[in-house]
Amino acid sequence: MRIRLRFTKLGKVRWTSHRDAARLWERALRRAQVPLAYTEGFSPRPKVSFGLALPTGAESDAEYLDVNVRPERDVDLSTLPDRLTAGLPSGMACTAAVGLDPPVSSLQQVVTSCSWVLGARVPAAEAERRVSELLAADSVPFSRVRKGKETTDDLRPAVRELAVVGNHYTEGFVALRAELATQPRAVKPIELLAALWPSSGDDVAGWPLRRTHQWIGPSDAGVEPITLDAPEESYAPARAS
Amino acid sequence: MTTVWPQLESQLARVQKPARYIGCEDGAIEPVHRPGSTSWLLVYPDTYEVGLPNQGLQILYEILNERPDAVAERSYAPWTDLEAIMRSEGLPLFSVESHRPAAEFDVIAFNLSAELVYTNVLNCLDLGGIPIHSAGRDDRHPVVVAGGHAAHNPEPLADFIDAFAIGDGEEAVTDLHEVVADWVRSGRSASRHSMLRELCTVPGIYVPSMYEPRYESGRFVGLTPKHAGVPERVERRVVADLAEWPYPRNQLVPLTEVVHDRLNIEVFRGCTRGCRFCQAGMITRPVRERPADQVRTMIDDGLRRTGYDEVALTSLSTADFSGIEDAVRQTVEGSAGCGQVSVSLPSLRVDAFTVGIAAQVQRARRTGLTFAPEAGTWRMRRIINKLIGEEDLYGAVESAFSQGWRRVKLYFLTGLPSETDEDTLGVAELARNCVEIGRRHTHKASVTASVGGFVPKPHTPFQWFGQNTVDELNRKIGLLKDTTRRMHGVQLKWHDARASAAEGLASRGDRRMGAVVEEVWRQGGTFQEWSEHFRLDRWTTAMARHGLSLDTEVYRHRAQSEALAWDHIDAGLHKDFLWDDWQDALAEVGRPDCRWTPCYDCGACTGVGIEHRVGSPVPPAGGSQGTGQDLSIGGEVPVTLTGARS
Repeated sequence: MRIRLRFTKLGKVRWTSHRDAARLWERALRRAQVPLAYTEGFSPRPKVSFGLALPTGAESDAEYLDVNVRPERDVDLSTLPDRLTAGLPSGMACTAAVGLDPPVSSLQQVVTSCSWVLGARVPAAEAERRVSELLAADSVPFSRVRKGKETTDDLRPAVRELAVVGNHYTEGFVALRAELATQPRAVKPIELLAALWPSSGDDVAGWPLRRTHQWIGPSDAGVEPITLDAPEESYAPARAS
Repeated sequence: MTTVWPQLESQLARVQKPARYIGCEDGAIEPVHRPGSTSWLLVYPDTYEVGLPNQGLQILYEILNERPDAVAERSYAPWTDLEAIMRSEGLPLFSVESHRPAAEFDVIAFNLSAELVYTNVLNCLDLGGIPIHSAGRDDRHPVVVAGGHAAHNPEPLADFIDAFAIGDGEEAVTDLHEVVADWVRSGRSASRHSMLRELCTVPGIYVPSMYEPRYESGRFVGLTPKHAGVPERVERRVVADLAEWPYPRNQLVPLTEVVHDRLNIEVFRGCTRGCRFCQAGMITRPVRERPADQVRTMIDDGLRRTGYDEVALTSLSTADFSGIEDAVRQTVEGSAGCGQVSVSLPSLRVDAFTVGIAAQVQRARRTGLTFAPEAGTWRMRRIINKLIGEEDLYGAVESAFSQGWRRVKLYFLTGLPSETDEDTLGVAELARNCVEIGRRHTHKASVTASVGGFVPKPHTPFQWFGQNTVDELNRKIGLLKDTTRRMHGVQLKWHDARASAAEGLASRGDRRMGAVVEEVWRQGGTFQEWSEHFRLDRWTTAMARHGLSLDTEVYRHRAQSEALAWDHIDAGLHKDFLWDDWQDALAEVGRPDCRWTPCYDCGACTGVGIEHRVGSPVPPAGGSQGTGQDLSIGGEVPVTLTGARS
């Protein structure tokens, strides 16, 4: 059986990498005594698959992973999130668990866009102006390195939503809300910020990023890999430390 | 200012592997700095990945934090990218728990596991805004202490460290703490000097500023205590019974990958195999095994708590542990309900028995197996007292390849006392023979011979030996390169001979080496264990400027009558025992393990009224290492059994 888990990554723990998070999860799953299914062969590994990588340094309210468990053992899904959270570091919490029966497509295949709250170290008026300019443009060329070669792509089609929403909870930053497509080609939030403020250079790398949702299909349909029962929080809930 | 976290966090996007600087490990404490409590910053002067797993530091961390009047945090050397930012932004060295500046702690304690970290010690102090010289500190500054294996020759760091703790730290740390805590609680009413005088009276504590070094015609001739009550020699501390110290109880589990990223359980301390090159085996005597049932409990509790799927049973020669077969079998089969668990056994003995155990632990992943014969010929192995017969090695290798391993790694030293080219080339021959054995089982058989330059260490029988020069080591490595080039299936790896030279001068240097360490640091020579940052010319230039040379300090054979820079440190070994063993080495005479044979009176047990504490009065199967030595008298030699504690 496959189980899908949703989790947060907030505060200091945001500085761990995607790979670090995978190792943290393997240990948390063993601590909670989840009966993991292992791969066959020379070097058995637990069958765990992570969704879209979160950039190191970014926070998230909506991360996911799928784990395969041995069919002969029952797993109590109602207590599972709390048991897993107990084995995760402060700032990482498992917020939901659902069984996937029959199995569905992988997270990477089904997720079509992500919503973000981003911080920009610019005056509010300047933020409004640049956001309007970008939304009004037919195309926004930007360059990135793919397979070792620098290529130029159009960022505009991937920007499904972009708005200035007030002050960010990090002092000195304006908050933006953005929805960025992950298919057919993903645009990273840092690529969006760099395209908005090319003159900010490397400084952009230190601006705060927080993934708030991963969407399956149009965001106004509200379908997530796991939708939380609790009412959605505002864009800037209290910050975990 | 009590935390630099906001300033640090704003820079973390600019550095590699920022997770090294955030703390948050499972097992870390949440520090509470109360008025009246004494705060310790335990510093491992290398990267987080290397330093975090250090068991010594974790043991002291727990012992201190269990005290109501102490709080201990940890720090590691920031990598060069963060260091540059810290210097430009004015950020001080910080603890990883509360990100408190180093200068706000009462005690800074360095772990000295290796000599090439010495320049990093100075860098950490300097980054902390603490004067690097002991003489430059006053009552406002933290007390700077150090311990660990390298502290057994404290002299190269004598100018920089206020007090060294020699030997096992479990009990010494409490005694040290009490003296410093009294001073802190009194509002530092007494002078720093009188507090340091008081520290001199604590067994195992060496305060270098209380001694005056003497030199005659450019040679070190001894140290004189400056004051009454300062002991002429400092005796190392030794914990009699490991069972009383089941630490670390809460091994730290980091959020990011580190070396030895697994549950580590120390199954015994000390080793009496008597390998003459091995400092650890000399200074940690006698053998003190942990009772098998405690090992079992620590493994079960540790796995359940950490979620690790790998356990390392650590010691200097784990196959010698009396309970090894049971411990391995129970771990692999039992497992604490946490899924599949593998066991790793660092420092394997070379014999078929050992391979049998390895086969139990590596049921699935049989890729590589590592042995350390250390020298290529039987003559040479008698000289270094690593008594492994050729039949043993070939038996072990045969056993490994026949049970499915395809790669065998062999560790060797070169530049050993009286080593001839024939001995050097013996390395290649052994490796080739091992490949041939492997070919009988798999066409993919390969053997890696890893060769390191031998560095003589204090408190070993080889402490008088003049280290091979860089040129000589390179010549020997060159011989092996030429010889193995056409040996199909043999890969040769070697350690940089220049790094061995620098390690040599930091290992056996006297107090004058301090100025050299300082100058290398001032020239930017940090992270000297890292090849990308190591440059020998920084060391030789600094030595020349201070009237020292590799010839006199490293390459020269020392005489029996000569004063050694560490003579005032008593590591438990009689100097005449070491000298006799050195003479036996030159006469190519080996000495069997004293655990199960009569005593050689090395001093380690007799001096402090303790004995080997083992789980079984007879050696484990295969324990003779095939040398034919008769260990059947085991059981007649008085040992304390761990199961029969009073």
